[in-house]
Formats: sequence, structure tokens, C-alpha cells
Amino acid sequence: MSARDRILAKLRAADTSTSPGAPDVTGWFAGHRQVESSADKAARFSRLIELAHAEVHPVTRANWLQKLWEVLAAREIRRLLVAPGTGHGRRALGELPQSGVECKVYDREIEQWKAEMFHHIPAALTGARAAVAETGTLILWPDEHEPRLMSLVPPVHIVLLDAGRIYNTFFEAMQSEGWKDGMPTNALLISGPSKTADIQVTLAYGAHGPKELVVLLIGEEA
Amino acid sequence: MSEHTINFMPSEGFRARAKDVVDNPFLRQSFRGAMDFLINKRITQFPDPEELESLRTLGEHIRQYNLGKLPELLVRLEETLTRNGVRVHWAETPDEANDIILGICKSHQAKLMIKGKSMVSEEIELNHAAEAAGIGALESDMGEYIVQLAGEKPSHIIMPAIHKTKEEIATLFHEKVPGVDYTDNVDELIQIGRRVLREKFLVADIGLSGVNFAVAETGTLCLVENEGNGRLSTTAPPVHIAITGIEKIVEKLEHVPPLLSLLTRSATGQNISTYFNMISGPRKPGEKDGPTEVHLVLLDNGRSQAYADEQLRKTLQCIRCGACMNHCPVYTRIGGHAYGTTYPGPIGKIISPHMLGLEATRTMATASSLCGACGEVCPVRIPIPDLLMRLRE
Repeated sequence: MSARDRILAKLRAADTSTSPGAPDVTGWFAGHRQVESSADKAARFSRLIELAHAEVHPVTRANWLQKLWEVLAAREIRRLLVAPGTGHGRRALGELPQSGVECKVYDREIEQWKAEMFHHIPAALTGARAAVAETGTLILWPDEHEPRLMSLVPPVHIVLLDAGRIYNTFFEAMQSEGWKDGMPTNALLISGPSKTADIQVTLAYGAHGPKELVVLLIGEEA
Repeated sequence: MSEHTINFMPSEGFRARAKDVVDNPFLRQSFRGAMDFLINKRITQFPDPEELESLRTLGEHIRQYNLGKLPELLVRLEETLTRNGVRVHWAETPDEANDIILGICKSHQAKLMIKGKSMVSEEIELNHAAEAAGIGALESDMGEYIVQLAGEKPSHIIMPAIHKTKEEIATLFHEKVPGVDYTDNVDELIQIGRRVLREKFLVADIGLSGVNFAVAETGTLCLVENEGNGRLSTTAPPVHIAITGIEKIVEKLEHVPPLLSLLTRSATGQNISTYFNMISGPRKPGEKDGPTEVHLVLLDNGRSQAYADEQLRKTLQCIRCGACMNHCPVYTRIGGHAYGTTYPGPIGKIISPHMLGLEATRTMATASSLCGACGEVCPVRIPIPDLLMRLRE
């Protein structure tokens, strides 16, 4: 018998007749989490992610690129990693270079430029799929256009979020979008810049991931 | 303290180690301060007692429901992960788990394995096994990195280096990290760790991680963390190996949000961790990063023995938040190392016997005032005091 079969045989020999039936997770959320208006969700999301040390800038579809430029200029960042396969990436690529920001594109497999990614990319721009108001959380599904390391390795991560995509809870997000029927290779919840309290419970930012997280929040009215 | 490395006969010397700590005012102050901090942060996350109690009841229900179907769910998880392209391995013992992991390393001629935080990898003493096989195993969680540099073991499952002062860490970095001057500024110390470990993430052949929840219906491995080292360990190297105890499984994705909420609020008083990383497979054709190979090692190591007993099965409900240690008057006074086991504190006292044997852990059950605090804060309602009473008998 293999280790697998021996483990399963031991588990199957146990009497589990007293185990409870399926839990009612939907019922719990219905009874314990409020459904908020779009404005309240955006306000809660912003307040909580700012508490976690992220920066949130309300923008419109017309002016987000200007704000992005200001965010970069304030930090004297002249190089930005963008995804040319996305609408926002193309806009950045089309307009930022003339304002003095070089746009680097993630167009090859990481093996071909890993050291450059780790040493020479000060910031990256990605979109967010959605967000969660309850915890001040961004939801990202990295894909072939915006690969996983884009939101992880550069010290500054700038995220474009449509305020209309904010859910009340993580549970509501996964239920509404039917995540169980098709998960991506990697799904991420991001709720602030990287941090640690491992030395004397003293909070320090920029442990291994981005030191700064900047959210450009596109309002619904725009 | 040389006692830190003793791990095989935990109860041997327990009283002597405990006395050493009790007589050390600096260590006592470190633990008292840190535990008070964590207790207070947890309280602020649970302002509504009804919400807390009903969520604990839901958490207990979810864990018991899933444990009731454990063998079926393990088979289903294996199917979904395999379909997603993840290779699944089974290990009854720590030695088998190490053999599997090191076998994967050798098949890739790996020289360096970089590790996200994993208590199960501590449980199997993976770092020793890797070094014996000539493979470097480097911890990347800041607390784990610090205790590894010091040649020690974690003293807390969530905050591994909580027993150390920043001055001790400053001296350690100055002595052990080439080119580093003494600084006890915490931000500077963290940036030193970041700089050193980034270069290792860049070149590591293997990334190793634990698992907080494994979802059977989708074949998804979930990881909770704040630093980003867990994401780097599972994304930057070409191969990712995850290891988990067989109990960490849930049937449905919808079981995850309540457990995640209970875990981060109970552990560190955060409404959510900075990162929640859900991995459902290796890099797909067309994707530009992520590991090209993902493995999952399912470890038994005594868990099936606990499973056979209806009462001890409740120990497998544990989601490893550490709240029981933070609230334990004994843990707070003696710290994690005195226990001599991978998992210290109240939960350690009830899960170590099925990993190490009752004989080796005999004195541990006596290290309790039976005040009941551990049972009251447990987010999944494990009746720890009742189980301690039974172990004493």
C-alpha cells in the first residue's frame, strides 16, 4: 500500500457519524454584513485601505493619467512598468513618455529579464478586477497581460480601480462572480503595502513587496 | 540559550527551561509586552460580542463539517489539483515528506530553496534535512530569517522572533550579514533583510510555502501573509512546493471568507492580512511568470491518529492563529522555546502528543493553570481545557 492509501484507510476507519451537515455561510453573511450604497462602499474601502497605509486618489476617466503623472513626479520616478495589452496600459504608454516618464512593457517571460525586474523597475501600474469595502481590499487576477510579479516586485504599485467594482464583502465578490466555477492560476487580495511587525511588534512597511500602494479610484460619475 | 535546538524529547528539561525564562526579566518583558499588544489588537477587531460568538460558531461548524468528510475531500482535492496541473504527494511521516521535497529539489539540481513561512516545514525539520543533502534552505519571513540567522527556532507560530529585542537583532545582523553596520532602527533592519533576501528570491531554484486553506472544489491553495515573501516564494522561483497537514482542507470556496476573517482578526488583530494569495496551478501557456511546476505535499504525521478519536479530532479544527498562546498566562511567562516542541502554548500541548507521542510530551499538559482563556478565544471553539484535562488523566 502507498502512503496515500494508508492515510486514507486510517481516516476512513474513523467514525464520523456525529459530524454536522453543511454550514450556512450565505445565511451568516446575510445576517451579519450590511449591504451599502455605492458611495458608502467607496468611502469604507478608501478609509480602510488608507488605515493600512495605502494612498487613495479619487479620479475620473478623463484625469487619472494626470494624477498618475503627479504621483510619479512627487516621488521623482521616471520609469514605469505598464501592460500594453490593457486599455490603461496603452494610454499610459501613449501619453506618459512625452511627460518624461519612460514606460517599460512586460512583454517577455520573466526568465529573460528577472534581474532587470528586481533591480531597475521603481514602479508598476496595474488594474484591479474589483475591491472589497469591508476590509479595504483590492482584488487582482494577474494574467498574461498583467503578470503576477507586476504587483509584487516594484517598490511602488499603482492600481487603477473602478469605484463601481467595489463589493460589500469578499464573500459577495466570489459568489457574484462565480469564482468556484473557474479560478485563475493566481487570485490575489491586496490590502495595503507590504509590512511586518516581526521585530518587537514594531510596524515597518516595505518588507518584501511594494513599499507603497497607490490607488487611483475612478468615480462612477466620471 | 542552547536549549533552543532541542526538539526531539520535548518534555525532557521542560521544567528547567521554563525556570530559565522565568528568571530572565528581559525575556519575560518581551513576551508580556508582545502578548498584551496582540490581545489588545484582537479586542479592537471584535467590537460586537454577538458577531464574534456567531462567527466562532460558524468557524467551528465549517471545520467540523469538513473534517467529517476529510478522506473524501482529500481525494477530491487531489483530483482538482491534478486537473489544474499541480502534482500531489502524500507523506505519512516527516522523513517521507523530506524525501519527497528533497527528491524534487534534486531532480532540478537545486542549490537554493527559499521558504515562505511554514510551521509544517518546521514540524518536519526540513531545513536540517535540506542542509544534510547539500541544498540551502533559506527562511524569508523576517521573523523566521532572524531566528535562522541566530541558529534558533520560532518561539511563536505567528511571530517567530518575538523573544528577541531590536538590539539583539541589530547585533545579529552586524555579526552575521556581511557589510552591515550596527543599527537598532527597526525600519533600517527590515530594509537590510529586504535587500539581502531580494537577491535570494532572484536566484532561488525552489520556493517552499505552507498552506492556510486548501479548497477541494477548485483545487486552490490559499496563503495568508503581510510581508510579500509568501507571494515571492510562490511566484519568483521556477518551482513551487507547498506542504500542508492533511487537516487544512475545506470543501468549498465559500468556506474560506469566514475562516480568513477569524484567522487574521484572532492572530494579529487585523481585519485582513496585507496579502491573501490563492494559487490554483502552475504558469499556463502564454503567462509570463509564476512557477512552471507546482507540488503539494500532504503530511499526516499523527493527524490520522488524532482523527480516529472523536474528541481528539477537534484538535484538527485548528487554523493556527496563535490566539491561545497570546492569551495563555503560562506561555506569556515562559515563551515558546521552553516547550521544546514545534507548536508551543495551549494548542501545542494538545497537538504535540499525536506528532511526538504521549511519552515524549508527558509534562506539557501540566503546564496549564486551566484558566480557560485559550478555549474562550479559540476562533473555532476547540475545547482546549477539556482536552488538557483528558491528557492529564
